[in-house]
Amino acid sequence: MTNPATDTEPCTEYRLCGSELLIKLLERQGITHIIGIPGGANLPMYDALTRSTIKHILARHEQGAGFIAQGMARATGKAQVCFASSGPGASNLVTAVADAKMDSIPLIAITGQVHQAMIGTDAFQEIDTFGLMLPITKHNWMVRSAKELLEVIPQAFEIALSGRPGPVSIDIPKDVQNQIIEIEQFPEPGVRKMNPIFDIQQVTRMLEKIRHAERPILMIGGGIIYAGASKALLQFAEQLDLPTIQTFMGLGILPSGHPLSLGMLGMHGAPYTNLVLEECDLVIGMGVRFDDRATGKVAAFCPKADIVHVDIDHSEIGKILNPVLSIRADVGEVLTSANEILEPSQRPLWRQRVAQLKEKYPLILNGQDDLFSPYGAIKTVASLLDDSVNITTDVGQHQMWVAQVYPFNRPRQWASSGGLGTMGFGLPAAIGMALAQPERKVICFTGDGSLMMNIQELATAAEHDLDIKVVILNNNHLGLVRQQQTLFYEKNLSAVKFKQEVDFALTARGMGMKGVNLAVSDNPLLDLKSALLEQGPCVINIPIAETEMVFPMVAPGGANRDMIHGQTA
Amino acid sequence: MSHDRLSVLKLTVNNHPGVLSHVCGLFARRSYNLEGVMVRPIAGNPPNRSRMWLLVNEEERLPQLIKQTEKLIDVINVEQHELKDSVFEITQQFFV
Ligand SMILES: Cc1ncc(C[n+]2csc(CCOP(=O)(O)OP(=O)(O)O)c2C)c(N)n1
Repeated sequence: MTNPATDTEPCTEYRLCGSELLIKLLERQGITHIIGIPGGANLPMYDALTRSTIKHILARHEQGAGFIAQGMARATGKAQVCFASSGPGASNLVTAVADAKMDSIPLIAITGQVHQAMIGTDAFQEIDTFGLMLPITKHNWMVRSAKELLEVIPQAFEIALSGRPGPVSIDIPKDVQNQIIEIEQFPEPGVRKMNPIFDIQQVTRMLEKIRHAERPILMIGGGIIYAGASKALLQFAEQLDLPTIQTFMGLGILPSGHPLSLGMLGMHGAPYTNLVLEECDLVIGMGVRFDDRATGKVAAFCPKADIVHVDIDHSEIGKILNPVLSIRADVGEVLTSANEILEPSQRPLWRQRVAQLKEKYPLILNGQDDLFSPYGAIKTVASLLDDSVNITTDVGQHQMWVAQVYPFNRPRQWASSGGLGTMGFGLPAAIGMALAQPERKVICFTGDGSLMMNIQELATAAEHDLDIKVVILNNNHLGLVRQQQTLFYEKNLSAVKFKQEVDFALTARGMGMKGVNLAVSDNPLLDLKSALLEQGPCVINIPIAETEMVFPMVAPGGANRDMIHGQTA
Repeated sequence: MSHDRLSVLKLTVNNHPGVLSHVCGLFARRSYNLEGVMVRPIAGNPPNRSRMWLLVNEEERLPQLIKQTEKLIDVINVEQHELKDSVFEITQQFFV
């Protein structure tokens, strides 16, 4: 029975303009924040936004807006929205969208475009946003009428969230935003589609392969996190007694101290991690894409091993390595069914061998007791905090040091630009994580080079009084480039030193937040501790020597077994 | 034309602006060798569909190329087709 007083949906007619419809549809998608910057071509969207429950966060640069939205998406797994105007607004978003594509982040970039009648005339702030976004999104649209929004917006969310997540972009000309439309009913919000169906026989076959292997290794990546499958994975690894390697994107799936955890592999992986892969006879890759920073020279990757590959993205299977068995499916679903049918087993010999390698070829932690050295700074920060904090990094040496030694103990604890390696990611991503989870403190480990790339967002963090600590490992250099020039270009240092040093603590104060410079502190440890534990945004400058290097290092294009090692202390 | 590495793909795609860009953009950025494209709307049900014929010069990477093409949202179906009797053979006379 229908009650005419409450059941008004079918007979109501809504009369609204395109931009109001857009905002309504975003509200219905459950969007709570939109990050962006207004301009001529998206004025109607900003007008409609004032009549919405959605909170707008004004970024200081569109790239910042894109990364703030990404930070929210990385913390929650939900699709998040950023706004930019046409022309330079849209082109400024490009890097953040491309970054989301490489790391499979559900980001929805919505841009204003010039009036349709002006398209193609080189109008003021006209740019081919459709063309710019096309190669860096899962899908993108130019919306040609307000009516199309009814289809495009739910579809955008569905595509961003389904299968392997990723960014989408929607370009909306100003006349479409202003067009009046009458609608009777709003469409259903777009949600993640059903996962692809797989054959349970495949799971049985995978378990057989594992049973027959003598030295199997589990290799896990971001796909496990996106599938929400970390618990199932832990059970699977424990039941089958599988030593487990995490990719850069997979850090946090297994608690760092777990006996089966072998940390991160690849270019800056621990020696034992890469060496275990030399000996293993089976690699079960789950939610990984065998990226070149992880595999090193592909022909030399796991020379003795067969590969089993489970991934939701069909095109990843066979892209880099030819598996003997592959399952195209949601890793979570595969793990759940595997856990139901598997017979627990033990591998004392292999475990012993792995332990031996771990002991013989550990990561050398030079300077870990010195606050003014990389490992020391990171470990000290970690020791003052608990697992509730979220961590972001920028890109460079500091990023690799953090990946190597920060004790990540839960999925989505860590956000870093893995695939695109974008300097400038860390601060805005930290802002996004803090907006999404205000109860958690966020630490952004950054370098003096990277921070300068989106430093304007300090003002955004201050404006919202977010609990973000920006920890700069300051070598006054583009450290990772300096390292490569040192190792591979005979120390011919070129354009890596900043002749003009920046006073970051002062800059922070100029942007409305606290700034602490441990270089001039009487009691650096105490000052670090109080800066970290206080509520509110703060920049903490920690000077380190520019001669520090990240070791081990596999030369780009080299085999993982050929690691360059540093001096042992 | 040398026929040894040529393959013909028959695509069913949504007929709206941007589809051709999505397909050709994919081939350009993954550096797949595209030798020919032919596309026209097709009559029938459902409406708003186009047929796209692609002549590709890829052998080893063909399975990967097909998977990537299948991932495009506006691509509904991808089939492999013989070169013989394909639209490319029939129209060869116009490309001399
Ligand atoms: C946007 C962007 N430009 C250039 C690079 C190349 N790059 C990689 S690491 C690096 C140096 C980073 O320096 P800094 O942020 O100070 O970190 P450090 O390596 O010193 O820890 C550069 C220039 C990049 N990754 N991203």
